Amino acid sequence: MDEAKLRVRDLRKSFGSKVVLDGIDLDVAEHQLVCLIGSSGSGKSTLLRCVDLLEPIDSGSIWIDDEEITAPYVDPNAVRRRIGIVFQSYNLFPHMNVLDNVTLGPRRAHGIDRESAERRARELLERFGLADKVLVYPDQLSGGQQQRVAIVRALAAEPELLLLDEITAALDPELIAEVLDVIRDLKGQGLTMLLATHEMGFARDIADVVCFLDQGRILEQGPPSEIFSHPSEPRTRQFLERIIDAGRL
Amino acid sequence: MNSESPVSHGPPRLTGERGAGGIGHRWKELKVQDGARGALIAFFSTVVVFGVVTWVILSSSTWPAVRRQFFSVRHLREVWPAVWGGFALDVKMFIVAEVLILAFALLVAVIRSLRGPAFFPLRMLTIVYIDILRGIPLILLILILGFGVPALTLPGVPNDPVFWGVTALVISYSAYTSEVYRAGIESVHESQRSAARALGLTQWQALRFAILPQAVRNVVPALLNGLVSLQKDVALVSILGVREAVREAQIYNARTFNYTGLIAAAILFLIISVPAARFTDWYTARERRLRGGH
Ligand SMILES: Nc1ncnc2c1ncn2[C@@H]1O[C@H](COP(=O)(O)OP(=O)(O)OP(=O)(O)O)[C@@H](O)[C@H]1O
Ligand SMILES: [Mg+2]
Repeated sequence: MDEAKLRVRDLRKSFGSKVVLDGIDLDVAEHQLVCLIGSSGSGKSTLLRCVDLLEPIDSGSIWIDDEEITAPYVDPNAVRRRIGIVFQSYNLFPHMNVLDNVTLGPRRAHGIDRESAERRARELLERFGLADKVLVYPDQLSGGQQQRVAIVRALAAEPELLLLDEITAALDPELIAEVLDVIRDLKGQGLTMLLATHEMGFARDIADVVCFLDQGRILEQGPPSEIFSHPSEPRTRQFLERIIDAGRL
Repeated sequence: MNSESPVSHGPPRLTGERGAGGIGHRWKELKVQDGARGALIAFFSTVVVFGVVTWVILSSSTWPAVRRQFFSVRHLREVWPAVWGGFALDVKMFIVAEVLILAFALLVAVIRSLRGPAFFPLRMLTIVYIDILRGIPLILLILILGFGVPALTLPGVPNDPVFWGVTALVISYSAYTSEVYRAGIESVHESQRSAARALGLTQWQALRFAILPQAVRNVVPALLNGLVSLQKDVALVSILGVREAVREAQIYNARTFNYTGLIAAAILFLIISVPAARFTDWYTARERRLRGGH
């Protein structure tokens, strides 16, 4: 097979009788940034959670490199150790300071000794402008700082693939720019990323591929120039027009 | 005193049905004046109420008899060493039982909250244990274990009533306490578990590092309440003939028909449980204030 880092094939997922993912096919090539766009409830978060094996799937398969991670004998913890995910609502651990939040994964899941884990965590925190927040608790951080800590936490164990779920949704415009710069940086370093977003401007600027998700299906995908300028599907056009009306593109 | 508290914690009717701002403002003024005057009023009414009660008791015709029966200095001197020694045993049993309860109940709660079909039998077992043990009166359990098990005269099984009394306390209280822990575990949002699992932690590690520390913190007041209640229930093992404070007082009472020993025992229990109850309230209020802070 080719060099796709992540491959999703005919993925289906329902909650009760509600079909949320209705046959998703998706490829994310190595070093690429793929953006998932689509209206609220279209299944973006569910897709990301399924890829991180946080949600059991009904059928289909997910592959990382050439290994099927949805195969029954695969250890989901081992898979999650290779993937980083940043949640929309940060989900930092409120009872731990920033350093402990960041080193928990490396130390406990990867067995890295405390000293090395902390050294690497401090480096990362410094790179993301959080050097003076190392010993601070999450509730004393601004939204943007919390979000950056969440990104650092996901990066601390050097994942091969980073999943980002609407990481700017809860931020005001200044902080959005701050966090998006971080993503741009990571792309520059060649990290493979799958990102759900409502920031169309950002998706257009930086994505290699944009996927339009609608009612659990990928209706359209391609380079942003194509999707944003010449959408072939009427529903994509509709969605983009609504976004433009709302002044978000 | 936080000047906002009368507004936010006052009866909802005040702020809800009428104009919120005006009423809140007047409340504040009242509160400031109340500061000094309120303390005076509280002081005098306390003096008056307690004075009247004391006067009524002391002047009643039965008081001399009551004093002889319950508050006799002579009997107190005589019974004190035995009651005090017995109370030391109560405290020892309490400490051992409490430590075991906190640990065992946590284990039960953790097993009960494990996910996945593989753990189904273990989960069932904990549910059966909790339901049964919560349904049996503690005193019955103490009798069954304390008299029943030694009566079997099984080889290698201890027949020390202290051992069986503490065991009964532990397995009964653990059933309640594990439900307290479980409430704490369930009070931690599901997304915290997701966040921990996403780091590659196992189910057990997620509990240990992400869920349990938050869960336990959420239920410290409830655990403290259980502690206060256990401290008193330790006296129940006296029915097995264990010579703790209550038993010693009873023995003295049977010999002399005087109740001073029982009062002495009661006061000893109060000396521990009242501060513990006050501490629980203080801690709960402080936690609420700190949480409300952010
Ligand atoms: N745990 C769940 N139980 C039941 N239904 C769920 C659950 N999680 C998601 N859903 C449903 O699945 C659908 C897709 O949800 P999802 O969160 O994936 O959408 P989304 O595209 O991320 O939306 P948004 O842009 O608002 O974040 C929604 O209709 C939602 O109600
Ligand atoms: Mg979402």
